[in-house]
Amino acid sequence: MSALLKLVNVSKVYRPDSHPIYAVKNANLEIKEGEFVAIMGPSGSGKSTLMHLVGCLDTPSSGKVLLEGKNISKLSEEELAKIRSQKIGFVFQTFNLIPRTTALDNTALPLIYTDISLRKRKQLAEKTLKEVNLKDRGDHYPNQLSGGEQQRVAIARALINDPLIILADEPTGNLDTKSGQEIMAIFTRLNKQGKTVIIVTHESEIAKYAKKTIKIVDGEIV
Amino acid sequence: MDLIEVTKVSLEALKANKTRSGLTMLGIVIGVTSVILLTSIGSGLKTYITKQLEGLGSNAVWVFPGELNMNAGGGGEGVPGAGVAASKFTFDHIKQLEGESRTIKAVMAYTENNGMMRYKGKSLITQIAGVGPDYQEIRDQKVVDGSFFTRSQYNSAKKVAVLGKTAAEDLFGQEDPIGKKFTISDQRYIILGILEEKGAMGSIDMDKQVIIPATTAMHQFDMEYIQSLWVQSQDSESVPQTKEEIETILLKTLDDEEFSVLDTKSVLGVVSSILGVLTAALSGIAAISLVVGGIGIMNIMLVSVTERTREIGLRKAIGATPKNILTQFIVEAIVLSFVGGFIGILLGVGGALLVGRFFTTTITPWSIGLAFFVSSLVGVIFGAAPAYKASKLNPIDALRYE
Repeated sequence: MSALLKLVNVSKVYRPDSHPIYAVKNANLEIKEGEFVAIMGPSGSGKSTLMHLVGCLDTPSSGKVLLEGKNISKLSEEELAKIRSQKIGFVFQTFNLIPRTTALDNTALPLIYTDISLRKRKQLAEKTLKEVNLKDRGDHYPNQLSGGEQQRVAIARALINDPLIILADEPTGNLDTKSGQEIMAIFTRLNKQGKTVIIVTHESEIAKYAKKTIKIVDGEIV
Repeated sequence: MDLIEVTKVSLEALKANKTRSGLTMLGIVIGVTSVILLTSIGSGLKTYITKQLEGLGSNAVWVFPGELNMNAGGGGEGVPGAGVAASKFTFDHIKQLEGESRTIKAVMAYTENNGMMRYKGKSLITQIAGVGPDYQEIRDQKVVDGSFFTRSQYNSAKKVAVLGKTAAEDLFGQEDPIGKKFTISDQRYIILGILEEKGAMGSIDMDKQVIIPATTAMHQFDMEYIQSLWVQSQDSESVPQTKEEIETILLKTLDDEEFSVLDTKSVLGVVSSILGVLTAALSGIAAISLVVGGIGIMNIMLVSVTERTREIGLRKAIGATPKNILTQFIVEAIVLSFVGGFIGILLGVGGALLVGRFFTTTITPWSIGLAFFVSSLVGVIFGAAPAYKASKLNPIDALRYE
């Protein structure tokens, strides 16, 4: 399997002039297609920064981030947005659903920023909601759904563009154990279907679901 | 992401805060409504006055005492000072004008005074106009009942009167007034005829007037000079020449600043310039409320951007470009001002139609177009800053925002 994502000597420095703080220091990382990886570390370890770099939300201060062999370290904001739209699917701890729109519209949200036709978008959203077992909840608003259900809508939203990588930041952090297990079961199933899944977490229980764990302490991968 | 889509998203966002959106729009609604309403009333007034003046005939020329400096389209300078200067016109002037001019068809003395009329214990204070025997032709108002006074009655200053329709009804009720005697300030007059209905002319109700010979009026009201002269030119083409002739003739005996010669055109010019300035000033004040409304929109958009920081972060994370976000918030502001503008236009036009039932209003298409354009522009201008702020948000920070 080829390397889908590669970090080469990547560092992220804040306040480089006065008191430089390395959020990530000389990170080298390779994630292959179809892998299920957990990035683990205590809070403040730099795992969020690492996730932002991997998710093309941020660019490194030095080093290279290669996605499908293409260096994305120096891309503009517009170009990064396009890559995120096509290749990355985010799942957040706090779900981040838009409260005033239905589950179906929330799922279809990323398609607004693509060229896909309106009719096809609805079909895709329905199909994707079905994949996370929320077929009948399409017309519900987020506040009519349980936490687990909301997170499943968020996963559907991440999946709808058929991204290369699903990137989940503490996806079970706001959920009870049972809902958390359901969510992790979905990730496991998606991975079995061939999706590359990266989960950022500080819980080793969650990390266990992954096939590979990357530990980060004080900005360095150990 | 096309414009229809962005508009849909904006409408959803605005619907989520109905009260707030409504109140924000109110500023624009009030601004647009008042601009349309005020311009309609302004141009209605102009149309009304123009019509009234045109009713005086296109070949009418007036000579007023004093310097009026009423030049057509004279801008703000030509503020008239009518009635301030004392008149120096005499019946000799009329004779000179009639004798020496080639384009004048008729000259008529005109005076205006208020007087108390009495008939059988009933009394009525009304306007008493002293005119010449050519009145019917010059003023284009005919006697419908009885007759007008003759030139000889005029020359010998007989105490005869012709009544306006309303004046006759007020004083005589069902009685036929012709041949009856009544008094004006204890002087006895005989009624010769009743004039046709003419309606109001500016603030003066023509039908309430009582017409007597100007010669008689000089004695009745103890006047030395004639208040003004009404001249009829041969036709509308010779009006400029008539004006010149009048000036030349009157300058022989009067000073330049002792009289002014006016025609319908010059009066119209002054009236429209005054009304134009007035309408513009009022609309300007109304337009200020549009700006205030715009600031309201900006304020609410800034609040909205802050409130929806996480949403902006999310949208960016899932692929929205800064341009997408910018467009979304600008469109939201435009939708607010556009809908506000639309409601304002409906209310403004409705209000103008309502006022139009009591008073002339003219709804001008340009004021509607302008209101529409300005309200949308307000949306773009005042939506730009909040939208720019939103587009520049860092997605990582925005997602972390609590």
